[in-house]
Amino acid sequence: MSTTMNAPARHARSGPSKDMAVSLALGRRRKRRDRIMLWLALAATAIGLAFLVSILATLLWRGTQALSLEVFTDVTRPPGSEGGLANAIVGTLIQTALGTLIGAPIGLLVGTYLAEYAQGSRLGNAVRFVSDILLSAPSILIGLFVYQLLVLPFRGFSGIAGAVALAVIVIPIVVRTTEDMLQLIPNTLREATFALGAPKWKMILLVCYPAVRPGLITGVLLAVARIAGETAPLLFTSLGNLNWSTDLTKAMSSLPVTIYAYAGSPYSDWIALAWTGALLITVGVLFINIIARFALRQR
Amino acid sequence: MSSAALSPAPSAQARRDARSALGDRIFAGLCKGAGIFVLILLGAIIVELFIGALPAFRAFGVPFVWGANWDPVAEEFGALVPIYGTIITSILALMMAVPIAFGIAFFLTEIAPMSLRRPIGTAVELLAAVPSIIYGMWGFFVIVPLMAQHVQPLVIDTVGELPVIGWLFSGPPFGTGLFTAALILAVMVIPFIAATMRDVFLTVPPVFKESAYGVGATRWEVMWNIVIPYTRKSVVGGIMLGLGRALGETMAVTFVIGNANRIATSIFGPGNTIASLVALEFGESEMGSLKLSALLALGFILFVLSFIVLAISRFLLRPKQSH
Repeated sequence: MSTTMNAPARHARSGPSKDMAVSLALGRRRKRRDRIMLWLALAATAIGLAFLVSILATLLWRGTQALSLEVFTDVTRPPGSEGGLANAIVGTLIQTALGTLIGAPIGLLVGTYLAEYAQGSRLGNAVRFVSDILLSAPSILIGLFVYQLLVLPFRGFSGIAGAVALAVIVIPIVVRTTEDMLQLIPNTLREATFALGAPKWKMILLVCYPAVRPGLITGVLLAVARIAGETAPLLFTSLGNLNWSTDLTKAMSSLPVTIYAYAGSPYSDWIALAWTGALLITVGVLFINIIARFALRQR
Repeated sequence: MSSAALSPAPSAQARRDARSALGDRIFAGLCKGAGIFVLILLGAIIVELFIGALPAFRAFGVPFVWGANWDPVAEEFGALVPIYGTIITSILALMMAVPIAFGIAFFLTEIAPMSLRRPIGTAVELLAAVPSIIYGMWGFFVIVPLMAQHVQPLVIDTVGELPVIGWLFSGPPFGTGLFTAALILAVMVIPFIAATMRDVFLTVPPVFKESAYGVGATRWEVMWNIVIPYTRKSVVGGIMLGLGRALGETMAVTFVIGNANRIATSIFGPGNTIASLVALEFGESEMGSLKLSALLALGFILFVLSFIVLAISRFLLRPKQSH
């Protein structure tokens, strides 16, 4: 190896070939550019990771300052008096669970339709396109939509409106993962099931779904992680509630909206609680994400 | 004899067939119905936003789009300033995010040792999973002081003094403003664009890259001359996807934009975006008021904007037809 590398150099020193010198210079320039680009890419990755580290470090440092048992047992109180986030935590749990319960089955059916029934059909392509648009649509617009649909006609903010807004966000996420997962199933499996005389619905329910169960669960978990931290759609639907309330027809508190209200306030104890809430929600969301990835990787 | 023994079997079989056919029809109908429901959902979003926006559109007509006023007391509303803020912050964010996202995707697909690719890739995906309100708080409590005390005074005193381009970087160092909002948006969309780019870079057939490496190309040359040309459309699609995110992002922007309804010439000046204005002023508007309708009209405009961007992105990102 080293002799072949040295050979042209010796040749160039002995003088006769000008081309060799040119090509060597060119090679050096190409290598130099390559090295610069590699370092820039490394720097870009370092910057990206630095953001993640900075966010997590800030959360851990400021979020643990007000962390105590009262955060989980006491409700939100006026500034200056000790208070917790219990109503916000419970509100987020209720709305997230309900939103998932409404949205995930619909998303599952739509994903099944796209993968099993609608190959190449015009309706199928339209549904896929619309679902992908919904997947990336600004969540604040979904809040405005549900405000028009459920808050305005019933003259009041409600937990159910918040859950519906979150469900609208869940649907396209579950559609995407369900379709992707079902398409991974080899067709021979479907053919084998048909050959045994099974109808299509049994094939889907008893063969396809179990075959990709971890993938389907991952999709639902990712959807849960996404809506648990959503703020904008809840601002106009469940609004937030400073008191303890589990009544779905009344305004309901939620962690993100409480964080938003507290972080923007001038009171230091509220800001500290906002950081604690932010820490809780981030840890929860990242934890669910890691579980979801882990579930998928086991296949 | 044999026919008598066989006769019950076909009828049982027929019953089972009929039941299967019914089950098939029900399940297929459910799936198709859910698909149609999604279409109706998008239609309903458009219609509801438009109905809500109608009073504002009636009151101000088409000039609503380029009206620069936002005066709740005089009940005069125009969308120019938030539209301007939305577009400026999104474009600035992309200018910062795209090179970094590209670097990350380059690093993850060509440079990083195999053992590092998955953990770093996962870290980038986790960055994408952090809720946007966290970015908002982080921006407000960490980035804004940094900008106000260090970055902005430095830039204003140096670049801001230059002729020709100085006005872009002039003004008092508030810390908040269009540039800070764009920076937070950039941090938010970097993981989205990087993950999309990495995924499309991985679709390049290895034999193309191996041939290039085989004739002595460097890694950068493979990236620039093989991977990029092969994936150009999808890369643009990924960037448009990031743009779609940036346009409609609410919480991260609301904290740091400075909320002022005027067109700032300096990128450090305060402003607002459609989403931040709606989030901040919605609570102060009464049900059925003209202001609420104007906010819904802003939402409708945002919907149209992001629909166009997302549709283009989907068109560019659709899977390659098999050759």
